[in-house]
Amino acid sequence: MKETQTINKQKEDLSSTKRLSGAEAIIKCLLAEGVDTIFGYPGGAIMPLYDKLYGYQNQLKHVLTRHEQGATHAAQGYARISGKCGVVTATSGPGATNLVTGLADAQIDSTPMVCITGQVASHLLGTDAFQETDIVGISTPVTKWNHQITKAADIPSVLAKAFYIAKSGRPGPVLIDITKDAQFEEFDFSYQKCNHIRSYVPVPETKSGSIKAAAELINNAKKPLIVWGQGVILGEAEAEFKAVIEKAGIPSAWTILGASALETSHDLNVGMVGMHGNYAPNKLTNECDVLIAIGMRFDDRVTGDLSRYASQAKVIHFEIDPAEVNKNVKADVAVLGNVKDTLAKLLPEINATNHNAWLQEFKDLYAIELEKVINDDLKPEVAEITMAEVIEQINIQTDAKAAIVSDVGQHQMVACRYAKFKETKSNITSGGLGTMGFALPAAIGAKIAEPNREVVAIIGDGGYQMTIQELGTIFQTKTPVKIVVLNNEFLGMVRQWQQLFFDKRYASTEMVNPNFVKIAEGYSIEAKKVVKREDLAQAVEDMIKSKDAYFLEVMVGKENNVFPMIPTGASVSEIRLE
Amino acid sequence: MSKEIIYTISIYTENNIGLLNRVSAIFQRRHINIESINSSISEIENVTKWTILVEVTEEQMKKVIGQIEKQVEVIRAYYHTDDEIIYQESCLFKMKSDLLFETPQIQNIIKENNAQLVTVNKDFFVIEKSGRKEEIETLYNALNTYEILQFTRAGRIAVSKERMEISKMLNLFNA
Repeated sequence: MKETQTINKQKEDLSSTKRLSGAEAIIKCLLAEGVDTIFGYPGGAIMPLYDKLYGYQNQLKHVLTRHEQGATHAAQGYARISGKCGVVTATSGPGATNLVTGLADAQIDSTPMVCITGQVASHLLGTDAFQETDIVGISTPVTKWNHQITKAADIPSVLAKAFYIAKSGRPGPVLIDITKDAQFEEFDFSYQKCNHIRSYVPVPETKSGSIKAAAELINNAKKPLIVWGQGVILGEAEAEFKAVIEKAGIPSAWTILGASALETSHDLNVGMVGMHGNYAPNKLTNECDVLIAIGMRFDDRVTGDLSRYASQAKVIHFEIDPAEVNKNVKADVAVLGNVKDTLAKLLPEINATNHNAWLQEFKDLYAIELEKVINDDLKPEVAEITMAEVIEQINIQTDAKAAIVSDVGQHQMVACRYAKFKETKSNITSGGLGTMGFALPAAIGAKIAEPNREVVAIIGDGGYQMTIQELGTIFQTKTPVKIVVLNNEFLGMVRQWQQLFFDKRYASTEMVNPNFVKIAEGYSIEAKKVVKREDLAQAVEDMIKSKDAYFLEVMVGKENNVFPMIPTGASVSEIRLE
Repeated sequence: MSKEIIYTISIYTENNIGLLNRVSAIFQRRHINIESINSSISEIENVTKWTILVEVTEEQMKKVIGQIEKQVEVIRAYYHTDDEIIYQESCLFKMKSDLLFETPQIQNIIKENNAQLVTVNKDFFVIEKSGRKEEIETLYNALNTYEILQFTRAGRIAVSKERMEISKMLNLFNA
């Protein structure tokens, strides 16, 4: 009896392994991880994989971008809107080096992404072979983990690790480099998901007492302020977060990557912190008595001068990455762990209360910002269209349900300030790295991940031209993204700094632009240009109503500035309104 | 700003290609120079131990340790001041054989400094010395009055006075 069982078991084991090439094994691994879409670009060293992909087209959609950088940003957009892991494939050499910007962006913005690169055959490693580059060496500082595979048999376990590392804990990009011979080599394939690596602790233990200590500070606070970041979204902790702030009645502000985790219209949502954030939360950061940071990392664009940042306040830091605690701002209480878990534990420990008088201070300062900045942005008395007017029209036409994918620069700050969010995962932008050229490919990835959501890319005339070739991807895949270029014929943010800090010496910031409408039309994308305010509302409506991809160029004021602003080196409370 | 002092870092890692590059990049990115580095097997099978010497402030040290521990394949990283560890450094001197036979002081220097003669042939001889940094410096200064053909010094190796419970930790990980 026992013998029969053993024999049966052996049979089972045999049936679960299958002789496959390394290339086909990669596809089987991707399918086992639930991957349905990959973004990439073929080439010599990755050809065995592409050859096998040909046979799996009905299970695994490959989106051919027009540049490998576009593939990485598309994968990021895909990941950011869906919470799933983005997957990229590229060839060796230039294909691999073209991934570096996207990897760095995903690393600093904690985006789960797995990049698979082809590599020259293992016997050619180190010989300066055609299209050989040390991509593992190059990508080391911009990946959460990376690894080179030279034997097919290593593919399943390494890819399983790659997905586990990319998605778990604080997410991040992983690069796996696979030599061409390993892709051809045949071996007995079987796949097992990874859920443990002995040297890796994805979610640190929450120290006993830290929740109670945090609750005590919160319960005794007279003027508490919450600043939340992307950790709330990555941890899928939106409900737990809302429950905490509503019970304790705490005014809550967001970093740009935290935007949309709480609806814009919520009474306790007091706006954006940081260099171009709202007046009230920046100003009152230096008046609160307890600052509660949730899933954010005190970036210098958020804190301004660190020595004068909330120095009067006790600081509580809810954080998944122990290396972020005390990195920039010293925490009086650090609550390590996933915020979904720690906020749920915090909820029963905090008193139900409100801080209405304190909340009123935010509203009073908002009234000042409204009068000095917002009214001029939204209802300008000048003839030129402002960027904020365009965002406001998008809010109206999409009922504030669109995912806004912004690029980098003035339009990004305006988009983040004026977009009204009703749903989480709706603000997709390059935060930490500030990668111009991010938005167009990221919007493609976002729309492919969530075809039922309206995805609107907001891009400046500078950043648009950094990845404009991805119009080809939209054309070929018929992805109905809406593209809005806010054209001020300047690299506007740099120009603003030149105006304010470099004596108006506009060195190399003026752009002589091509006919963007004709370019879009060349890709059979319906396109329109708006110059006059009276045409704006209709143009945005036409764009949103379109079932297909649509390009809208809006000529905006050439020398408009983004305010409020905290100049470099100033304290958050020195935020300028003009 | 606190003072920069010498710290000895002990890192227990998986023995994987490329990890040294990943960890050294953490120092490079912060413009910290590595004074010495040693990689060896450790008391645990398949676990590598690195000993790295840097001169930084304690605040910098804590942040760097946080970044090192964050790396997926790093099991644990510690930092120590000199009085928290027992350490040794070692070095080799190559000198002309004539000196050994014609200059009696050389033999005295070897004896007084507890150094070892590793090899002697008709052209050159080699002295080895292990000890603390200052002891090696003393020997170097003494021999440097004569012609040193070659001098080299190995990275610091160290054990901590306190326990480093890596095995216990690994058992917990594996549980």
